[in-house]
Amino acid sequence: MQAHRWVQPSVLPGFGLTLGFTGAFLAAIVLIPIAALVLKGASLPFSEFWRIATEPRALASYRLTFGASLLAASLNAVFGFIIAWTLVRYSFPGRRLVDAIIDLPFALPTAVSGIALATVFAPQGWLGRWLAPLGIQVAYTWIGVVVALTLIGLPFVVRSVQPALAEVDKTLEEAAESLGASAWTSFRRVILPAVAPSLATGFALALARAIGEYGSVIFIAGNLPMRTEITPLLIVIKLEQFDYLGAAALGLVMLMMSFLMLLTINALQGWRARRATGRGR
Amino acid sequence: MRLQLGPILAAALIVAVAACSREPGDSSRLQILNVSYDPTRELYQEFNKEFTTYWKATTGQDLTIRQSHAGSGSQARAVIDGLDADVVTLALAYDIDAIHLNSGRLQATWQSRLPHQSAPYTSTIVFVVRDGNPKNILDWDDLVGPGVEVITPNPKTSGGARWNYLAAWGYALERELGGLDRLYSASAEEVESAEQAAAQFVGEIYRHVPVLDRGARASTNTFVQRGIGDVLLAWENEALLALEEAGEGAIDIVTPSVSILAEPTVAVVDTVVDRKGTRAVAEAYLRHLYTPEGQDIVARHHFRPRDAEVAARYADRYPSVRLFTIDDVFGGWREAQSRHFAEGGVFDRIYSESAR
Amino acid sequence: MTLAANPAAAGGVGATAAPWARTALIVVSLTFLTLILIVPVVSVVGYAFSEGWEHYLAALRAPDTIAAIQLTLLTALIVVPINTIFGVAAAWAIAKFDFRGKHMLITLIDLPFSVSPVIAGLVFVLLFGAQGWLGPWLDTHDISIIFAFPGIVLATLLVTFPYVARELIPVMQMQGREAEEAAVSLGARGFTTFFRVTLPSVRWALLYGIILCNARAMGEFGAVAVVSGHIRGSTTTMPLQVEILYNEYDLTGAFAVASLLMLLALVTMLAKTLIELYGARRRRPLRVRPPADVGAEHRRP
Repeated sequence: MQAHRWVQPSVLPGFGLTLGFTGAFLAAIVLIPIAALVLKGASLPFSEFWRIATEPRALASYRLTFGASLLAASLNAVFGFIIAWTLVRYSFPGRRLVDAIIDLPFALPTAVSGIALATVFAPQGWLGRWLAPLGIQVAYTWIGVVVALTLIGLPFVVRSVQPALAEVDKTLEEAAESLGASAWTSFRRVILPAVAPSLATGFALALARAIGEYGSVIFIAGNLPMRTEITPLLIVIKLEQFDYLGAAALGLVMLMMSFLMLLTINALQGWRARRATGRGR
Repeated sequence: MRLQLGPILAAALIVAVAACSREPGDSSRLQILNVSYDPTRELYQEFNKEFTTYWKATTGQDLTIRQSHAGSGSQARAVIDGLDADVVTLALAYDIDAIHLNSGRLQATWQSRLPHQSAPYTSTIVFVVRDGNPKNILDWDDLVGPGVEVITPNPKTSGGARWNYLAAWGYALERELGGLDRLYSASAEEVESAEQAAAQFVGEIYRHVPVLDRGARASTNTFVQRGIGDVLLAWENEALLALEEAGEGAIDIVTPSVSILAEPTVAVVDTVVDRKGTRAVAEAYLRHLYTPEGQDIVARHHFRPRDAEVAARYADRYPSVRLFTIDDVFGGWREAQSRHFAEGGVFDRIYSESAR
Repeated sequence: MTLAANPAAAGGVGATAAPWARTALIVVSLTFLTLILIVPVVSVVGYAFSEGWEHYLAALRAPDTIAAIQLTLLTALIVVPINTIFGVAAAWAIAKFDFRGKHMLITLIDLPFSVSPVIAGLVFVLLFGAQGWLGPWLDTHDISIIFAFPGIVLATLLVTFPYVARELIPVMQMQGREAEEAAVSLGARGFTTFFRVTLPSVRWALLYGIILCNARAMGEFGAVAVVSGHIRGSTTTMPLQVEILYNEYDLTGAFAVASLLMLLALVTMLAKTLIELYGARRRRPLRVRPPADVGAEHRRP
């Protein structure tokens, strides 16, 4: 194995082969297609790009997309944490079953969950008929968007928090309590700080996934411009009006958001890893 | 154990490459693709059977007709992007024009090649209401009554929704001017104020819309299956089909005092049929729509036939309603499209006002 | 990205919380899961069978539906092996070597995960569409990519790209390099080292990655919808067929196909649970702190 300057020497073989294949495949499947989008968006003069990216309808769609995603990720942070807590700390009948179905949204096709949610939450649906007399309408409102995004984001939080919770040092907790701390104080002072990085990562992952979501949302959102229209749908609508540049411009905005989210997630993971190693010492 | 990667990779590549090459044009099995819009699924399912039999009988060739259905605008986009449609049968002339303008895959003269401006059947826009018409919706003005919820798709993506919009607009013009013929005789100020009133009226309708689906069929589902809204603006054919599907006692159809003559158009996609060598069968396919057999299938599937004899046979199904055409009131599709539905057009304006 | 975690061997430790709090928390968890997840899932099955078994089976036997099932299976059959090979190669390069730009590489591999499926479809339209960069060239050479099988495969490849790599990388990083280095210094060849030393200890992660990749490949909707062309019986995958049937007033048919996809999801979950149970039993009691850079969340207790 030839020693490259930028790679530390190793006795293991296959570096050139595997990295070369990884790079080539990454380029072919991900980078070149995405470069096509970037180039298309960049072929617009900046003023024009800015006009498309900031027109009222686009701004309204960002507000919904990010607002609903944030709300869904927050809901998931709260309820996902509670679910992770009950799964890790308590034993109850059916615990293993509940633990298994948490991953279902990963495997459930988004179109199926969208149609199912819309059917269930429609005014005549299984849940909608109980909510309608209370004056709550879920399907075809922004609440529906939040519900769909909550469903697809749930496993990210639970699966991030679970292992961290399981590793919280019991002795610290017990020490806190033996020193007279209430359960709530020991939770706030001992458990929460230990789990915070994992919770933040799960939150960010749920958020990243929610921002790009399309399939499940379009079935349950009313898709009204300015009110219940998400950005990915606006891209599709632009495409269907033969407005390739407009679609590419909005696509570019979303792409930058995704990239930013990923950098944030990586930074959070760094925080978490430092926390993990720091605690070990 | 080792060297498993090689064969798998090679096999995957071979499959991928093999899948990339197009099927040859004139194999023994003749095949054409009809790219259409949402509400014609049932119509073309039956018409394709009829035409396949007819083609076998006259030429002895086995013909396979493949179908593709989605929103009219999104189908036009797919053809522009390279979907190999032999024929397109879309909701409005503008979408076929768009294929010509954006890709040059068919000639500008497409509309003059077949009778009736290449529209073998027509329809109109009617109202679908809940059984017994509880909100008493009888004409366009009732759509904006207090508490009335209107279901119509998004005119940006749905052809049917554009007809809905234009029908409402035409009604408002007639109401203001006291007759659509006065569009050409009234003073410019009078027409201008009528247009403003129409914009206000249409904007008011959209303030009553709780769900803006992407296509006509999705709107019908929202209204019929999900039980949202008090009135659905729909193609007459779509409304009649929904009545058939939903069964008696679920919904009623209300025909307004005046509506628009909707003319869905058809065309052969020149570059595709020339490359595949399917021009003869594609042209025969579309011409067959105009024959008495074709027109009968059209009428059975709730479209209004062009053929007078067939129309007489089904006259009881189609109440007479005063119809205006897009050419009369809006100066044709290109004019209507650029004024009303283009980016920053009237629809965008009234919609952003109505959302505020 | 966390795609998996082992359930902690839990139970009976909730000494710190009062019994009422414990009951309340369990009730809250179960209620939330029921409303957001279980009721919709059960409703799919409920509607699918609302007209009885016969209608259900008839819906699945419709020729267009069978074609959609075949297309979906074929797509997964191509996409999953390719992404598996990629995932293994990427994990080997990233976990077993130190080189500059590693973080960037990982971020780029993750990119498809957070990119909207709509964009995943759009990029191929811009690239291979008749109006796209390569469109004219493809047209003169008579090659169809979008609105045909290759486009569906490409869009699915892009969307499911990170799944296997992302499962393998942290596990292989945790594993360290000593075992492989020992094998190589004893004269083992590269492939032998991988298959005899590395693979046995990462096979559960690999299998889990493959299962998730497969589930996503079969269920993808947004990206495929943009490049499919919706040709009945030819370029409609199962999720698109669900939408088509739904739009044809065939609610039971739509939910029948949806239930099939869901059955797949359930089998996937079952397989995953079994893998975890079996894997947990087989795994050596090895607890290594992960390197401080990436993938710390993948630590399995």
